[in-house]
Amino acid sequence: MIDWQGYIGLILDGAAVTAELTVMGAALAVVAAFAAGLGRVSRYWPLRALATVYIEFFRGTSIFVQLFWVYFVLPFAGITLQPLQAGVLALGLNVGAYAAEVVRGAILAVPRDQIEACVALNLTRGQRMRNVILPQALPLMLPTFGNNAIELLKGTAVVSLISLKDMTFQAQVVRAQTGSTLIPFATILVLYFLFASLIGWAMRRLERRVTRGLDGVRA
Amino acid sequence: MSWDWSFVVSILPDLLQGFRLTLLVTLLGAALAAVLGLGFALMRRSRHAWLARGTGFMLDAIRGTPLLVQLYFIFYVLPDIGIRLPALAAGVIGLGLHYATYAAEVYRGGIENVPRGQWEAARATNLTMRQTWVHVILPQAVPPMIPALANYLVAMFKETPLLSAITVLELMNQAKIVANTSYRYIEPMTLVGVIFLAVSLVSVVILRWLEARFGRRFRT
Repeated sequence: MIDWQGYIGLILDGAAVTAELTVMGAALAVVAAFAAGLGRVSRYWPLRALATVYIEFFRGTSIFVQLFWVYFVLPFAGITLQPLQAGVLALGLNVGAYAAEVVRGAILAVPRDQIEACVALNLTRGQRMRNVILPQALPLMLPTFGNNAIELLKGTAVVSLISLKDMTFQAQVVRAQTGSTLIPFATILVLYFLFASLIGWAMRRLERRVTRGLDGVRA
Repeated sequence: MSWDWSFVVSILPDLLQGFRLTLLVTLLGAALAAVLGLGFALMRRSRHAWLARGTGFMLDAIRGTPLLVQLYFIFYVLPDIGIRLPALAAGVIGLGLHYATYAAEVYRGGIENVPRGQWEAARATNLTMRQTWVHVILPQAVPPMIPALANYLVAMFKETPLLSAITVLELMNQAKIVANTSYRYIEPMTLVGVIFLAVSLVSVVILRWLEARFGRRFRT
C-alpha cells in the first residue's frame, strides 16, 4: 500500500514553492516592466537603447536558456545564486520584458489630445505621466498582464530542472518513488490549472476595480 | 575560468547537430499545431453548445498548464496505458498540442473579425456555404492571422529547449551533454543563448515585415 497522504503532502509543499515563485517573480516582473516600458518611451536615447536591449535580449532567448545561464554561468563570474534566487531573477526579468512591451503599447495608446491638454494646463512631464497618462493606460494593460502572469506561472515549472523543489519537481520525486505516473502528473496538472484560473479571476476583479471611475472617459 | 575559443570551435559541430533537430521539431510541431488548431477552432464554433463549451474548457486547461508538465505527461503516463512513443514524437505532439490551443484562438479571432455584413452580403447574393468561405470569408480572415501565427511559431521555437527534459537531443540537450562531459558551462550555455538570440532577432525583422504586409490590411 502506497502512503498517498505523504506523497500528496509532498506535492502540496511543491505547490507552495510554485506559488512563492509566481508571486515573487511577478513582483520583479512588474518593476522590470514599468522601468523598461517607461524607458522605451523616454526622451533620452541611452535609456531607450538600454530598455530595447533588455527587452530584445530577454524576449529573444527562452526562459529555459536564461535560467540555465543564470544558474550555471554566473557562478563563473563570481555570482553564485541559490536556485530560488536564480528562478525568481530569470522568471521576473523574462516576463518583465514581455510586460514592458505591454506598458509601452498602453502608454502610446492613450490619445494624443490628452497629452496636448496636459501641455495646455502646464503640467510637468512627471505630473502628466503620473496623473493623466498612467491612470488611463493601466486598464489597457491589465488583461494582457493577466496573460503574462499565467505565462509566468507556467514558466515556474522549468525551475524544477535546476533542482528547485517546486510542484513539477515533487511530482517527479513521487514518480520515482512510487512508479505511479498518472496520479502525480494528473494532480499537478489540475493544481496548475487551478492556479491559472485563480490568476485569471483575480485579474478580472482588479480590472473592474481600476476601471470603476473611468466610465464614460474610455471609449 | 575564462572564455576559450578553441573549445568553442570543438563543440560547434555537436551544437549545430542539435540545432538541426531543434529546427525539425519546431517545423513538425508547427505543422501539427496549425492543423489541430483549425480543428479546435471549428469545434469551438460548433453549433452544439456542449461541444463548444467542452472544447473551450479543454483549450483553457491546456493553455493554463505548463508545457513541461504536459510533456512529462505524454512521455511518462501514456506508456502506462500502452501508448509508447519515442521521445521525439512525444515532444512534437506535446509542442504541437500546446500551441494548437493558441493557434485556435488566432483562427477564431481572424474569422470573427470578418464583419457580419460580409456574411449577410454573401447570403444576399445567394452564394453557397462553400463559396462564402472560399471567396469571401477566408480571403479576409487569413491575412491578418499570418503575423500572429508567425509570432507563435517563434515562441514555439524558443520553447523547444524544454524537450531536453524528455531526452530529445536538441540544441539545449547537446549543450548540456557537452557541458557535463567537459565541466565547462560558459561556452556551451552562452552559445545556445547566442544561437537562439540570433534566430529570434532575424525573426523579429521578418515579423515586422509580415505585420506591415498583412497586418491591418482588412481591418477597419
